[in-house]
Amino acid sequence: MSEERHPLDHLLRADRLPHIWCPGCGIGIAMRCLVLALEELRIPLDRTVVVSGIGCSARVAGYVRLDGFHTTHGRAIPFATGLKLANPDLTVIVFSGDGDLAAIGGNHLIHAARRNVDLTVICVNNFIYGMTGGQSGPTTPLAARSTTTPYGNFEPPFNLPALVAASGAVYVARWTVFHVRRLITALQEAITKRGFSFVEILSPCPTGYLRRNKLGDALDMMRVFKTQSEIRHGAPPAEVGIELGKKLILGKFVDLERPTYHERMRKQLAAFFIEPYVEKVSEEVEAEEVES
Amino acid sequence: MKRGPAVLTGVHFINGDVACAEGALAAGCRFFAGYPITPATEIAERMAERLPEVGGTFIQMEDEIASISAVLGASWAGVKAMTATSGPGFSLMMENLGFGYMTETPCVIVNVQRGGPSTGLPTLVGQGDMMQARWGSHGDYETIALAPSSAQEMFDLTIAAFNLSEKYRLPVLIMSDAVIGHITERVIIPPEEEIPIVNRKRFTGPRETYLPYLPEDDLVPPMVAAGEGYRVYITGLTHDERGYPSTSPDAQERLVRRLAEKVRRNARDIIRLEERGMEDADVVLVAYGISARVAYRAMELARAAGRRVGWLRLITVWPFPEERLRELAARVRAFIVPELNLGQIAREVERCAAGRALTIPVLRPGGAVHDPREILAAIEEASHV
Amino acid sequence: MSVEPTVHTPSRAVRRPRGRVFLLTERCKGCRFCVEFCPRHVLAMSDRFNSKGYHVPAVIAEELCTDCKMCELLCPEFAIYVVRLEEER
Repeated sequence: MSEERHPLDHLLRADRLPHIWCPGCGIGIAMRCLVLALEELRIPLDRTVVVSGIGCSARVAGYVRLDGFHTTHGRAIPFATGLKLANPDLTVIVFSGDGDLAAIGGNHLIHAARRNVDLTVICVNNFIYGMTGGQSGPTTPLAARSTTTPYGNFEPPFNLPALVAASGAVYVARWTVFHVRRLITALQEAITKRGFSFVEILSPCPTGYLRRNKLGDALDMMRVFKTQSEIRHGAPPAEVGIELGKKLILGKFVDLERPTYHERMRKQLAAFFIEPYVEKVSEEVEAEEVES
Repeated sequence: MKRGPAVLTGVHFINGDVACAEGALAAGCRFFAGYPITPATEIAERMAERLPEVGGTFIQMEDEIASISAVLGASWAGVKAMTATSGPGFSLMMENLGFGYMTETPCVIVNVQRGGPSTGLPTLVGQGDMMQARWGSHGDYETIALAPSSAQEMFDLTIAAFNLSEKYRLPVLIMSDAVIGHITERVIIPPEEEIPIVNRKRFTGPRETYLPYLPEDDLVPPMVAAGEGYRVYITGLTHDERGYPSTSPDAQERLVRRLAEKVRRNARDIIRLEERGMEDADVVLVAYGISARVAYRAMELARAAGRRVGWLRLITVWPFPEERLRELAARVRAFIVPELNLGQIAREVERCAAGRALTIPVLRPGGAVHDPREILAAIEEASHV
Repeated sequence: MSVEPTVHTPSRAVRRPRGRVFLLTERCKGCRFCVEFCPRHVLAMSDRFNSKGYHVPAVIAEELCTDCKMCELLCPEFAIYVVRLEEER
């Protein structure tokens, strides 16, 4: 069946396709953007690792043909931190969902950003817990219906870009799965950025979110992404919160230089140890200068 | 400008927690992630000081869940890794401990036990987490847990724990206690070349032929590290030999049975016991950790009074030394089990005795160790049965 | 989809990119993103179903394809791709 091969199959575990995601789910698009970004970057893929937690988006770790770690719920970031610290030569990408990263894993999210560990965190935000059948989560908009907010959600959601920016992330962007080319560029920037970078990807969950909120199907959501988005690069993260019926603010909100965890560690320890820290010091001094 | 040796060969006067950290370094541990908690904090503090000296990495994480997660991640980067905690932190680690068993990730988790439940007695001794060590994470699995009884053993058993975790590819637990963690006594650190080190089996064959969960005869699959080009997929879901998730009962059967069998079938290699006076014993004290030291004194007192008392110290608590206990049950009158909980290992002893010998627990819920006379009283009771 | 992509000889004449769309219909779940967001309306939903029962699209006007790859990029299923052709205009 030569027909059943796709030019990106070599970057996927194609023997596992079709994937588990529902018709119209945007996670597949987000995954394609990731593998395309990686392919174009020409970084050594043998040293590129994808770490995920639990949930629909977390399944990406098992579909990309890279070292993939599908860890426990919420714990992708600390697992990734262990990988990166134990082997700084790895390019470590966390790919998971909003519930996994911002609810059960929220503490790890802010602390990894604070430390500025050199990780790229890709958060697919579909406004809902998809895998378990549509419960409200930390990003569910106010008034939205879910199986656990049957009368409408009255808990205000996180504004994820503001959360991670306040915590210390050096790169923060938000795109949708409709804005594929810009998303690919953002992912490339995030992956090559030294330090903690964060890309939020808005994505339709037709089964768990749209249907229950009478927002149509995935195609309708894609039309919303196309017509109701406003690109505002450099927008103050505090102003990009998402509300039902209002414009979605997209763009690159944060892109700054700050010494990474490793740079600060090496610099601090170099005062005490000759090896193996000293040879790296010159880089850190530069990074420090850029910051100041 | 210092750079310390990994193995501090020599005679030291240090506490159990420090000895544990030194044991880890001597075993090749180069990554530690932890969170402060009494009475285990000194392990983290020592690692924070020592790991940079040997080119390793120390990180204080935001909680114990993050700590064990980072340890598992570091292990998959090919580095020997450890974390240390006490009861509350141990509880937080349970889910990811299960991830470690499921994904067959070598690492060492130290629990310096204090009185529980909940916050309990942060500064005082307990042994209430012994069953949690065995059954704490959900689902069925086998584990390996060692119980040191001295500062020296905090050093020795930490090395043993790393070696077992590397050999059998699983998290190994050191179930210490507040007294053993804080006791300061002589610790002899041997020369580096005299310390046996076991490293995980590595797969180095061609990429196309690698199946991450295809076991060898010892039921342990060879391992690779992230970044070596094997492009592994590692998941906590039930998986097949390729590592791919599977929902088939057959895959569950094969995986879960193998995970248990690799420990059960190798129990003789794993289990270590120390015994005294077993030749003529008709009553046997079964104890571990600090309680074993108190029990030893009770044995001395009882022997001085003419009682034929034996002493069995569990160095390996899990897997439980069922075979030895069954042998003894056939020829002794009673087992006496002093422990600092309301009867955890005593249940195991009773199970193995299976009615052939009496099991007499001597229990304290923690806070203080036994008075040897409490144990002596139980010996008297057993002698009159 | 057994037709091999044709590569035409380049010339000095003004060219616009042309593409040929390949569908892996067995992977398709019928989300219609490719149909909706193709700027040239190269695709339409067909009346065919794949073996899983999903309603799949078909190429209706390949000559209009400019190889923009929007369909390929927006397909969540890795079920569609475009190969670039070149043709004089």
